[in-house]
Amino acid sequence: MSQVTTSPATAAFKASVRPERRDIGLRRRYASERRFRLYGLAAIAFGLLFLFLLLSSVVSKGYTAFLQTKITIPVEFSEQVIDKDGERATDPKVLMTANYPVVARNALAKVLGVDPGDRAAMREVGGMISDSVRVQLRDLVVADPSVIGRTVDVAILAHGNVDSAYKGQIDLGVDEKNRKVSDRQVGWMNQLAETGALAGHFNTGLFTNGASSRPEAAGLGVALVGSLYMMLIVLVLSLPIGVAASIYLEEFAPKNRFTDLIEVNINNLAAVPSIVYGLLGLAVFVNFAGFPRSAALVGGLVLTLMTLPTIIIATRAALKAVPPSIRAAALGLGASNMQTVFHHVLPLAMPGILTGTIIGLAHALGETAPLLLIGMVAFVADVPATPLDPATALPVQIYMWANEAERAFVERTSGAIIVLLIFLILMNVGAILLRRRFERRW
Amino acid sequence: MNILSEAAVEKALDKKMNDVSYKMIGQDVSVYYGDKRALYDVNLNVRENTVTALIGPSGCGKSTFLRTLNRMNDTIDGCRVTGRIALDGDDIYDPSIDVVELRARVGMVFQKPNPFPKSIYENVAYGPRIHGLARTRAEMDAIVEKSLQRAGLWNEVKDRLQESGTGLSGGQQQRLCIARAVAVSPEVILMDEPCSALDPIATARVEELIHELRANFTIVIVTHSMQQAARVSQRTAMFHLGQLVEENDTDKIFTNPDDQRTQDYIMGRFG
Ligand SMILES: Nc1ncnc2c1ncn2[C@@H]1O[C@H](COP(=O)(O)OP(=O)(O)O)[C@@H](O)[C@H]1O
Ligand SMILES: [Mg+2]
Repeated sequence: MSQVTTSPATAAFKASVRPERRDIGLRRRYASERRFRLYGLAAIAFGLLFLFLLLSSVVSKGYTAFLQTKITIPVEFSEQVIDKDGERATDPKVLMTANYPVVARNALAKVLGVDPGDRAAMREVGGMISDSVRVQLRDLVVADPSVIGRTVDVAILAHGNVDSAYKGQIDLGVDEKNRKVSDRQVGWMNQLAETGALAGHFNTGLFTNGASSRPEAAGLGVALVGSLYMMLIVLVLSLPIGVAASIYLEEFAPKNRFTDLIEVNINNLAAVPSIVYGLLGLAVFVNFAGFPRSAALVGGLVLTLMTLPTIIIATRAALKAVPPSIRAAALGLGASNMQTVFHHVLPLAMPGILTGTIIGLAHALGETAPLLLIGMVAFVADVPATPLDPATALPVQIYMWANEAERAFVERTSGAIIVLLIFLILMNVGAILLRRRFERRW
Repeated sequence: MNILSEAAVEKALDKKMNDVSYKMIGQDVSVYYGDKRALYDVNLNVRENTVTALIGPSGCGKSTFLRTLNRMNDTIDGCRVTGRIALDGDDIYDPSIDVVELRARVGMVFQKPNPFPKSIYENVAYGPRIHGLARTRAEMDAIVEKSLQRAGLWNEVKDRLQESGTGLSGGQQQRLCIARAVAVSPEVILMDEPCSALDPIATARVEELIHELRANFTIVIVTHSMQQAARVSQRTAMFHLGQLVEENDTDKIFTNPDDQRTQDYIMGRFG
């Protein structure tokens, strides 16, 4: 290196007279670039902060919804209580209407060593068990009547208040009168927890149960199936219709006043508030066409109308972005218009179309207002078998739970939000994967 | 000029027409983009198995005229063509002519290489496939190989036919586009400044290629390079402001043009 510095060329370079340097504002330019970067970083940090706040608040409130406190005790299916006159062989209704809560209460009292004659204590024992036990034990007995007279271990849902207390969501420091669980119940709770009879289990009911006024028995089952039906309907209808409309408008329709008007109208439709689509759906699909109220079919149709403009706009943008040289190449080879579009333009536009479609679907999945108008805000306990049965949707379920007073519904609301977010994330990941797949297929 | 000599001129012209065979004939071709007129009554014939170069300053209508020959102007909104253009004596703007069939007979290579974003094989096979030129996979393989060989690209790509056509260098891409055009066995190949995006070595390859293609195809090439016109073409047509200034043997145009404007353009006085 030292050779280089002493080489004659360098010497000559040093000797040459330097022209005076002009001020071309370099310092100012770099400063403004630095400032711009700072703004960008600040904006992103701000966004991340809010995302973190949102997620941490939802997750910290909601993760307990995925756990459900259950009390596992030996239950004696006493013939005395269930069918004391021995009529079940002739009258199956007996099994349906038997007093199962008493069966459960007695079983729990026995485990806790409570005197069955102490009515106040017995009432408190009964208060530890979810009212849904009636259905749970009934189903068990109806499915297998031979359990009558025997003693079987059953995991019974704890009452919502016990569930909340066990999860530490009820402040036990306040006066006993002002809280939902008594000191005696807390004592029993600890006693049961010590023996392992009372414990948190993964809450499968959250995904399978329908609506219930008891938070411990309420689940997203109906909403999940309803949302699934609606997403399928939206996908099956809006993707082909939207893509076909865009292809026609972009590649085949003459460019004139009329098609300009259509374009403006489509853009306007995308900006129409979603509740207006709900009114439209109510008027057209429910009142005029006579489809059943609260049905996923109507919800799907309304969301299809709402999603179509989004898909059309995204598809047209994706088609426009395909370089004209590709079209020219295909046409120059003698491909027809249709062949040019379907062999070359559409495959290249596919990533954009899919992204637009999935964004549209994600919007539709999170849409609440139009569904309220067509009656999907109903109390539906049974999982819909077809899209014509009454159903709700995930966001509507969140809305309904958020309006409930009980403490146990708070965590369920957040739990449902987590489920909805997971679905949205899955859809977006799907969009990215699909795009990758199509992009690699040059 | 008296009547008699006019008739004599006509006769001479007729004779000339009979001597050489014209692949395409353009009579009074005018082109309008909306209200704007881009070509003024151009009379230009294209000889068979000959390379015809279209030269002239930019914006003079060379590409416009070229596009009338395979009706690529149809794809431009508001473009209107008047006059008569014939391929082997048939008016190509006649309603009975199918534009898809016309473009299978008159292929085109564009200014910027525009391979499909598909494999090299697919690029070449696409034309024959849509026109049903190959019945079996083996026939298609043969067409692809022959076309790539004609485009002088076979040796470079024969081991990577399944790789993307867009991954080739600019010059290779343009030769791929030529192979793609050749694969449908057109009768005429139109080239719009095919070398303007290429480096000198790639340009030389393409020019060599044009020489070889001349045996089997009629070629019309637009070029802004005088040297290129002189090297590759036998006939040259000079355009200026939407008009055909003159058309003649390339040697004559470059050594002793009839029109002052041609002289000026060749000497580099404008353009
Ligand atoms: N698509 C088009 N729309 C409107 N005017 C055009 C279009 N293409 C070309 N022109 C006009 O036609 C004239 C001839 O253009 P062109 O044939 O491309 O010239 P060249 O290829 O000789 O440079 C120019 O004035 C140009 O502005
Ligand atoms: Mg041009």
